[in-house]
This record gives sequence, structure tokens and C-alpha cells, in this order.
Amino acid sequence: MKPAPFEYLAPRRRLEALEALSEYGVEAKALAGGQSLVPLLAMRLARPAVLVDLNRIRDLAFIRPYNGGLAIGAMTRQRTVEAHRLVVARVPLLAEAVRCIAHPQIRARGTIGGSLAHADPSSELPAAAAALDAHFVLASVRGERVLNSEQFFTGYLTTALEPDELLTEVRLPALLPDAGWAFVEIARRHGDFALAGVAAVLRLDGDGRCTEAQLVFTGVGPGPVRIPQAEQALLGQQVPGPSVAEMARIVQDNLDPPTDIHATADYRRHAAGVLAGRAMLQAANRTRERR
Amino acid sequence: MMRTRRRIPVSQAQIHVRVNGSEVTRTVEVRRTLADFLREDLGLTGTHVGCEHGVCGACTVLLDGRPVRSCLLFAVQADGAEVTTVEALGTPEALSPLQQAFMDHHALQCGFCTPGFLMSATALLRDHPRPSDELIREMMGGHLCRCTGYAAIGEAVKTAGA
Repeated sequence: MKPAPFEYLAPRRRLEALEALSEYGVEAKALAGGQSLVPLLAMRLARPAVLVDLNRIRDLAFIRPYNGGLAIGAMTRQRTVEAHRLVVARVPLLAEAVRCIAHPQIRARGTIGGSLAHADPSSELPAAAAALDAHFVLASVRGERVLNSEQFFTGYLTTALEPDELLTEVRLPALLPDAGWAFVEIARRHGDFALAGVAAVLRLDGDGRCTEAQLVFTGVGPGPVRIPQAEQALLGQQVPGPSVAEMARIVQDNLDPPTDIHATADYRRHAAGVLAGRAMLQAANRTRERR
Repeated sequence: MMRTRRRIPVSQAQIHVRVNGSEVTRTVEVRRTLADFLREDLGLTGTHVGCEHGVCGACTVLLDGRPVRSCLLFAVQADGAEVTTVEALGTPEALSPLQQAFMDHHALQCGFCTPGFLMSATALLRDHPRPSDELIREMMGGHLCRCTGYAAIGEAVKTAGA
């Protein structure tokens, strides 16, 4: 339960970190909040030769207005994000999802970028980011590129990040005035990874008809899972209304979740449908409250 | 392009940490966790190591005032920081009010998890002198206790805050 020996570097500047990642490549691993990586090191499931600690790079931690929405630095602590005035005002879904992550003691260290780059299939932030149409800024000594979540999340614990790249920033559009949101999940205990969860954004017109629905699931696939047919089933329909049950049925018919020690595939499939229904109703209520 | 000053990866480093008010300078292996540093190098064995992967909360200490898992932090990362452990709270002869409340409410049996609970509760009561039941549950939810069933711990924290 002790990490294997490694070498350690704690750059104070972003460029220095990028140069180290470029130099050591697959031998190196970036250390963000360490709440997932350090257990992996302790269990020796990861044995990087070099750890590049990002915690001393001040300009990777920020929350600032960007294009009406927000740009959040990758090293911003989850505990900072969940209570931040701008986050609550512009992307409340993110604040709600962050509060579902583990416990305050974990969120005090855990970072936004670390959780997204780790891409645990049961974690909250990838689903929330996808539902929010987040864009990811990836930097390396070769330059910068910006990806959407479909491009960024490529599979089980895997992202588009190359060994020499660092996730530096996440950009999130503001919630539209006619939109509501919800993040709901089922876990055995609060703070555990989700057995199933869903991030939802719903837009309603003046008559209460759905003009757009985003539903992104966690815990039921290799990464954030989207079911376009379920979203389409709500379009033009009243929410709440019969279309919500129909949407939930489509979710259950189209998911192919894993069975593991924590829950069976059937349970996850069922729970995901129920959660999607609840999320849509809560999102619809919030849409009305915001009017 | 301006090159940055190159730092070389190291396997050992000298660190300066303020622990319970005292300045400490030590050379550590970089893979040394903060929990092991406190226990093995400084002899502060009040910080307990339970699961060693961030689940149980027994090793919780305050890092610059915030409760964190000391098993998920390398000692080298605490360089320049202030660390507060359970040894800073009270003594067997003079318990802190929080420790006394734990005793009065039977909020411990075997005591293994207690230092972690105490450190999280210390931070909670500093920020929220009269915390709601919800806040207490949220903060104490980051700790496992196999003896008490938690209710007594919640009562102790609430009383200490009153």
C-alpha cells in the first residue's frame, strides 16, 4: 500500500509542466488533486517514473467569465467550484454535480480538471460537462486545441489527452434563461460513486413544451452516455406529461450497462430510466421557477 | 521563445512544514505520504492510517486549515504549508471542548477513527460555530466509524458548537 518509487517535479509555471510532459511522455503522469491518482499509486496500479505535480502552478486555478459563460482552470478545487457565486449563477448544474462528489475532505483537494481527465465511468463531472456542452482546452508545447466532450471522452478511463498534453481549462456556456437543470444519482451511500446518475438540461417554451433536452448518464457505460432517441422523444411535448414516461422507457431499452460487484445491469438500466424521469421533472420545475 | 528555468525530477527533497505551530525541516523521500511523515518521521502517531486510499478518513488533518486526507498527499506537497493534527487539540489532562464533548456523548469506543472526526469537526466548528444537522452530516459523512453508529458523534459535534 505504499507507492513504488518515482521521481517528482513541482513546476511553478505552466510552460515548465508542459516541457516536462513533453520530455518524459508516457513515463510521466500529471498530479492534480491526487484523490484518484494517489490511491492508484498506493495500490501500484499506476507506476509512473515521473510525477509532475501541478499544485504549485497558480494560473491553472481560476474561475472567470467567458463568452457569457465561464472558463474554469483545471486546478480549481471542487470545493471552490461548488460554492462559487459565478458557478451557481451561470452553471448551477455544475455546482449540483460537484456536491455529489465524495465528501468535503476529498473535494478540498480534488480538482475539476483532475476528475475530468481521469474520466472514471461512474464519476459525476464527465456527465455534467457533456450535458453542459463543455469545451476542453488541451495544451502542450506543440500548441493548444479545444475539444467538445464527444471528442474528449474516448472510453473507459480514457480521454483524447496525448501523453504530452495537459487539460488546462474547461469552458462552459451559461444556462439559458428558458432552461432548467438537474443532477440526480443513486449511490449506496452519499459520496460513493454513482451506480447510475444523470445530468439533465431542459428548455421549455412559454407553453411548457420542450424545445431542447440534454440527458447524459453516468455509471452505465464506459464514459458519459447519451441516448439521442430519449431526448428526441421529449421535443415538442409538455413536461411534465406522458412523454416523460415514454422517454424513461426509451432510456431503459437502449442502455447496456455493466454488471459488477456494486449493481446488476438490470438494476442500473431500471434506475437510469427512473432517474431520467425525476431529473426531467425537477428540471421542468426549475425552468418555471426561473421565469 | 523564453525557456523556463529547468527543474530536475528528484527522489528526495528537503521540506519545511509548520506542524502544530512548530517549524519542521526534514529531508523526505518524495513518495512519503504526509500521514507517514507525521507518524514515522515526526512521531505524531495521533493521526491514524486506516484504509490508506482515501476512503475511511482516519488520517484526516488540517492543511492550511482545511480538512484533507493525509494519506492522499505526499509530504513534499506540504512544503511551505501549515499542518494541524489531533495533537494540537488538547491533552489527556486537559481535553479540548470538542474532545470533552466526544467523551460526554460516548462518541467513541475503540477510538481508531476519532482523530479524523475531531479534525473535520474542528474545521467545521471554526467555519460554522453552530452548524446545522445537515452540515454536520455532510462533514462527518467523510469518515467511517465501525463502533458508534454515528448518532453520538453528531450529538457531540452539535453540543461542542452550542
